[in-house]
Amino acid sequence: MSLASTENSTHSHGHGARHDPHLAHHFDTPEQQFTSAKLGMWVFLGTEILMFGGLFCVYSIYRHNHPLVFKFAAEAYLSVPLGVLNTIILITSSLTMAWGVRAAQLNQKKLLMTCLVLTLLGAAGFLVVKSIEYTKKWDEHVWVGRWNKYNADNNASYRVAPPAQPTTRSAAVIAPPPVSAGTGVADANAGTDVSQIKPRYDYPLSQSIQAPQAKETTSEKDSAQDPDVRYRQLSDSDQWRVNTFFSCYFLMTGLHGIHVVVGMGLITWILMRSLRNDFSSEYFTPVDLVGLYWHLVDLIWIFLFPLLYLIH
Amino acid sequence: MSIAQDVSNQRSKPDNYLTHDRGFRSWALTLDHKRIGLLYMMFVLSAFLLGGTFAVLLRTSLLTPNHWMFPSDPAHDTQAKLFYNNMFSLHGAVMVFMFIIPAIPAILGNFMLPMMLGAKDVAFPRVNLLSFYIYMLGATFFSWVLIGGILRTAFNIHLPFGFGLDTGWTFYTPFSTSKAEDGMVAGVLGAFILGFSSILTGVNFIATIHTLRPRGMTWFRMPLFLWALYATSIIQILATPVLAITLLLLVAERLLHVGIFDSSLGGDPVLFQHFFWFYSHPAVYIMILPGMGVISEIISVHSRKHIFGYSFIALSSVALALLGFLVWGHHLFVAGQSNLADSIFSLLTFSVAIPSAVKVFNWLGTLYRGSIRFTPAMVFALGFILLFTVGGLTGLFLGALATDVPLHDTYFVIAHFHYVMVGSMVFAFLGGMYHWFPKMFGKMCNQNWGRAAAIMLFIGFNLTFFPQFVMGAHGAPRRWATYPAEFQPYHVMSTIGAYIMAISLITVALNWLAGLLWGRPAPANPWGGNSLEWHTPSPPPYDNFPTPPVVDDPYNLSAWEYDASIEGWVPRKTDPASATAPADRTRPVTH
Repeated sequence: MSLASTENSTHSHGHGARHDPHLAHHFDTPEQQFTSAKLGMWVFLGTEILMFGGLFCVYSIYRHNHPLVFKFAAEAYLSVPLGVLNTIILITSSLTMAWGVRAAQLNQKKLLMTCLVLTLLGAAGFLVVKSIEYTKKWDEHVWVGRWNKYNADNNASYRVAPPAQPTTRSAAVIAPPPVSAGTGVADANAGTDVSQIKPRYDYPLSQSIQAPQAKETTSEKDSAQDPDVRYRQLSDSDQWRVNTFFSCYFLMTGLHGIHVVVGMGLITWILMRSLRNDFSSEYFTPVDLVGLYWHLVDLIWIFLFPLLYLIH
Repeated sequence: MSIAQDVSNQRSKPDNYLTHDRGFRSWALTLDHKRIGLLYMMFVLSAFLLGGTFAVLLRTSLLTPNHWMFPSDPAHDTQAKLFYNNMFSLHGAVMVFMFIIPAIPAILGNFMLPMMLGAKDVAFPRVNLLSFYIYMLGATFFSWVLIGGILRTAFNIHLPFGFGLDTGWTFYTPFSTSKAEDGMVAGVLGAFILGFSSILTGVNFIATIHTLRPRGMTWFRMPLFLWALYATSIIQILATPVLAITLLLLVAERLLHVGIFDSSLGGDPVLFQHFFWFYSHPAVYIMILPGMGVISEIISVHSRKHIFGYSFIALSSVALALLGFLVWGHHLFVAGQSNLADSIFSLLTFSVAIPSAVKVFNWLGTLYRGSIRFTPAMVFALGFILLFTVGGLTGLFLGALATDVPLHDTYFVIAHFHYVMVGSMVFAFLGGMYHWFPKMFGKMCNQNWGRAAAIMLFIGFNLTFFPQFVMGAHGAPRRWATYPAEFQPYHVMSTIGAYIMAISLITVALNWLAGLLWGRPAPANPWGGNSLEWHTPSPPPYDNFPTPPVVDDPYNLSAWEYDASIEGWVPRKTDPASATAPADRTRPVTH
């Protein structure tokens, strides 16, 4: 039987190819190496998408279960203009990055470096706007988790005790509704009066939100814009979950921000290498791959922005 | 032919990958996939030793119903139970994250994947080395935390940052976010770091298989071990990032009180279980698929028969990889899922058993009328088939809703997953090591001791875990430091089995060591396989192939004949004068 030869012959291209300093010894042609590198990068980007996907999943579940919470928190605390500004900045930086890759492919070193610097500036601008937003949230006491005034762990006047009735199915499994004592029904749990089980959290209700009548004291029209007022218009269980919105917000934008910083580091590295004349139309793989990474960072923001900011 | 020349050259000890470069730096900064495989081997086997030591300790502790290793006054009772919790958490976490998930891909995969492709290295050698260092970092971090916990609870020795972990390897909320020991954050970060090693290995293997296949090796001409590694890599890249984000969320929950999983802050603890098992169920396929790939190779070569049903085995690997993502809810049957979700997950769980069964039938079809040689590798492979069948079938008990309810969180579950993880995966790993040992080290192990160790391990394994099925069916709960006295006979049997397993594994280790030190030099092809790694001397030269190998059907075993003078196989000389090819039962199936 005929046996196919595996001799990936090197005589199919010129002698110079084997002396190509960028050609690794285990690849036969630079094209094979480039294809391999690109495939590896795309696979890695797939893993990044899966990782952020987990956060998007958390967001979807909580938003689906508590739409009014997300509407309230986004409208009261997120600035759409700043979000739009960030989006424009990031998309433009993606443009300059792609332009830079093209410049590398065409041996245009000056243009490549200019584009990389512009991309870096865009990334820095993004982080500046983000820090403005984060600072604003810090000032309004709506940071993440334990620094959030809506968090049930906190000692602020916004604490709410958990609802009397469990709101999720799993909570129902963990703490079934209190059984009225004295029914005389004997069952396997007889002797366990669940109404006596103390919940783990036991904060006294603060004055401002103690009574349902707090919900009916919205007298002026423009007080409807006041976050505090609108907060009290939410149901008890929704009030308890405003903290979750901010957790989603900070986790998602925070992880994204970390990726922006990493991206800046990578672009700086590429910039330094292009200063040393490392890239040419024969070899621009690192620029291409960093470009792909940057486009992914941009893409994630393009999903984050409408989901967090543009809710109606 | 060149192979015969290479074999005779071996007698004069030519340069090979072990001798090519010397010194610590040549190993610490190596880009050679073979050396990286060996580096992984050292650490992964150490992890196995660590996890195994605690398994033996656990079993010893369970000899009596009342944690006899501690005084039984109330003051010590809490300490004893905390110690027990730390022990089984360490055992599970080390075995899962530091041993089983990397074992076959990082050791045998790293070594054999490029060679089976006739290539000189994986696609990204530097990423390969990085992946190893990430593994080392995560493993050191992780074991430090876990061992520190043991020392603290047992001996009151306080290591810096050695806080311990008592949640089990599954880190369930709300326990892990509220009351668990302080080692939670550090331990979870250790697992996070280890996950990246897994991801990068997966990226490397996918790119290698796609772009470094030689001319003539189409997808359906690859050895089945490569199909298995490819399917494993798909799972690694899709599932591990979800674990990464889950662990990050857990850390955020514990440190920042974000309220995603903590119900007192508005979160849902069952959400953690969904996220965790979305990774961890595919993770068990990361564990078993490479093992199945190894078994396909061993069964074919050591019964001198072309693999039966090549496409079915190849495609069933991919099917397992994909279907494995759809069944995570079977870990949540009693966690409060809706009945509809329960039913759907149960149905999908039953369907995921099908590709596994397809493989078992094809292996049996390969063995049938084969010429079976009871090499140690084959003994392990036969053990695999039996034990995997038991493990897989008992999984169905757990996949059916009505039977899962009384069996959930009992010893039945423990026995089930040890049958598939130890009885199947560890047997496959050991079989693979025996199969490729001559290639990797250029030495032959003593076959009699290898067989004895395999049989002893089989007996010890069954003695350890079969009683646990019975115990579990009688309701013995898992992860308890103490137990009702009626279960003691089962526990004693189980512990005796564990000691027998320990002795067998020590025998295996000594067998390998003796082979390394005093084994006779191995021929290029001691078993007569036809995949490309056998077309080069043992151990291979630095760049794998002195002459580029010729691609053929990897299961065309009739291309080789036994040469008693070298106790190995040499290419069969085809006589151009003969009119017909030699008639044989190993005529390859054409695709």
